[in-house]
Amino acid sequence: MEKTAGKRTVHSSQRQGAAKFLALPLIIWLAVFVIVPLFLVCCYGFTAEGADGTLHFSFENFARFTEPIYVKIMVRSLKIALISTVICLVLGYPAAYIMSRSSSKIRTLIILLILMPMWMNFMLRIHAWLTLLENGGLINTLLAAMGLEKVEFLGSEGAVVLGMVYNFLPFMIMSIYMVLLKLDNSLLEAAYDLGATPVQRFIKIIIPFSVPGILSGISMVFVPSVTTFAISQYFSNGTVRLIGDTIEKQFGAANNWNFGAAISIVVMVIVMLSMFAINKVDDGDIGERKMII
Amino acid sequence: MGEHIIELNGICKSYDDLEVLRNLNLYINRNEFLTLLGPSGCGKTTTLRIVGGFEQPTSGEIYFLGNKINDLPPYKRSVNTVFQRYALFPNMTVGENIAFGPNLKKRDKNEIAQGVEKMLELVNLPGFSKRKISTLSGGQQQRVAVARALINQPEVLLLDEPLGALDLKLRKDMQIELKRIQRESGITFLYVTHDQEEALTMSDTIVVMNDGIIQQIGTPEMIYNEPKNSFVADFIGESNILTATMICDFSVRFLGRTFPCIDKGFGTNMPVDVVLRPEDVELGIPTDELPRGRVVSCIFKGVHYEMRVVCGEALILSVSTKSVPVGTAVSINVSPENIQVMKSSEMTPDIIARKKAQLLGEDIDALMEEQEQEQEEE
Repeated sequence: MEKTAGKRTVHSSQRQGAAKFLALPLIIWLAVFVIVPLFLVCCYGFTAEGADGTLHFSFENFARFTEPIYVKIMVRSLKIALISTVICLVLGYPAAYIMSRSSSKIRTLIILLILMPMWMNFMLRIHAWLTLLENGGLINTLLAAMGLEKVEFLGSEGAVVLGMVYNFLPFMIMSIYMVLLKLDNSLLEAAYDLGATPVQRFIKIIIPFSVPGILSGISMVFVPSVTTFAISQYFSNGTVRLIGDTIEKQFGAANNWNFGAAISIVVMVIVMLSMFAINKVDDGDIGERKMII
Repeated sequence: MGEHIIELNGICKSYDDLEVLRNLNLYINRNEFLTLLGPSGCGKTTTLRIVGGFEQPTSGEIYFLGNKINDLPPYKRSVNTVFQRYALFPNMTVGENIAFGPNLKKRDKNEIAQGVEKMLELVNLPGFSKRKISTLSGGQQQRVAVARALINQPEVLLLDEPLGALDLKLRKDMQIELKRIQRESGITFLYVTHDQEEALTMSDTIVVMNDGIIQQIGTPEMIYNEPKNSFVADFIGESNILTATMICDFSVRFLGRTFPCIDKGFGTNMPVDVVLRPEDVELGIPTDELPRGRVVSCIFKGVHYEMRVVCGEALILSVSTKSVPVGTAVSINVSPENIQVMKSSEMTPDIIARKKAQLLGEDIDALMEEQEQEQEEE
């Protein structure tokens, strides 16, 4: 291993000059659109406006975040994101497994059915759900026509979870599916051959093999679930406030960019920590692939 | 021989309209090294998978020590398989892979650990227990696959072209290794390969298959020396297959001359095929009693020279440690015991010779014409 690595560096050193030049656009892109904005967010987060209108360094935005109302919102956001992720995993895994074991015709059809809604506009999909669920919506009209009582679907945490699962499930399915696709059928036959029952085979071979897919699926669902705001606003009629909504409000209606930036930083750190924890699990050399956040 | 450990009775298998196996009847003795040999698509792997329980036969019965096991799933059969591409579990170490079977049976932990060490010694990989699968070479993976199957002490070990992915040198070493393992473990091996040399080296019994039909069953010597038909003769090693006429018992006519032979019972003046192994074809000074020919190619092969001789309409292959230069006029002689007479088959020698010439990139018609012209000149 070390020998080949050594050889490779000898070769690549000759091309380093050109490689550096080719990397320039990427470096500029990263600097302008990632590092500078991040720096600006930090500038806002760690400063506060004094009485005379001048900015000074301060932790007061972070201090304000420890107020019970904001902690409560943060916890609620994490809770809803966690529930959504678990539901996505429970629904997505069997779907991904069935897809990976189907014939290529059926597989293509299912992928198309899963991905097609995603090619439609995000807001359009949300409004489609609203027409189904709202008080005067399709389902309640049907219930009323059958003489049953109307059900208040929207405006609860459950409705927000539904919206998130609907929107993020394809990410979970596709992440797991891509890994399971690489599962060689002979591995399953080998497990069978060595005396594993179908259940043992699933637990000892299929699940460990798909861990990288499960982890990337979790991060693909959990991260947007924590930070989203549109879904919660529409599905709860604004009654279930999440951390994303709070940030959006600070930058919009409340016009307090300093506090909004501070919340963003806190959320970013929490997400980074959770991703770090997930990466730790993946380090058990289960898959060759590293997590991409 | 011992008892029949596995018996296949009238096995047929079709995928949609494609018939893969046609009425296959076969039994395997205990402690036997039996090889299914044939070109790809001949149904040998399907046969193995039916014994392993991965495929269901369309019709026919499989018996294991006298009990019908058609409906038994793979995990309930006391056979284990070494798969073509090893199929080792990538998320486990070498030791965990080998211990997979015993762990499922909830054996004692110490006993399993000891068993794993013993297996690693048997396959010549002591101390490899903690290694990751991805750090192993092809040959090492192959050995782990054998160990993982053998630790379950199967009655029969099924091997599906296990050496196909290895290089020539390693393949030769592993052939000897596998034969040793089979002898030491005393387990019945059912081996599938398309490599005739591999089959001849390792097997107690060879089953030659083609188009889902068994062509011949026999010991390696029998298969090589007394092929039943031109397919077997052609598939097992290089051979000259010629159309011939059985004049009477112990006398056969081919290449325009009558030869004494040791075969009988084909009737009188019956069309037959004869097989001449290249090493049995002797080239000598032209005489009137023997068919004459002309050497058209002479290739050095290391241990021997390979000569091609055009004789009338036939192209005869001869190998010898002495070279005969191209263009030499020769006579062709074969000892009576080296003439193998077979029933005439659909695959005529002419077709086989042409196929061979195509493979060699030679234009057989041009060779023939050349020969004819030369004869006219003479």
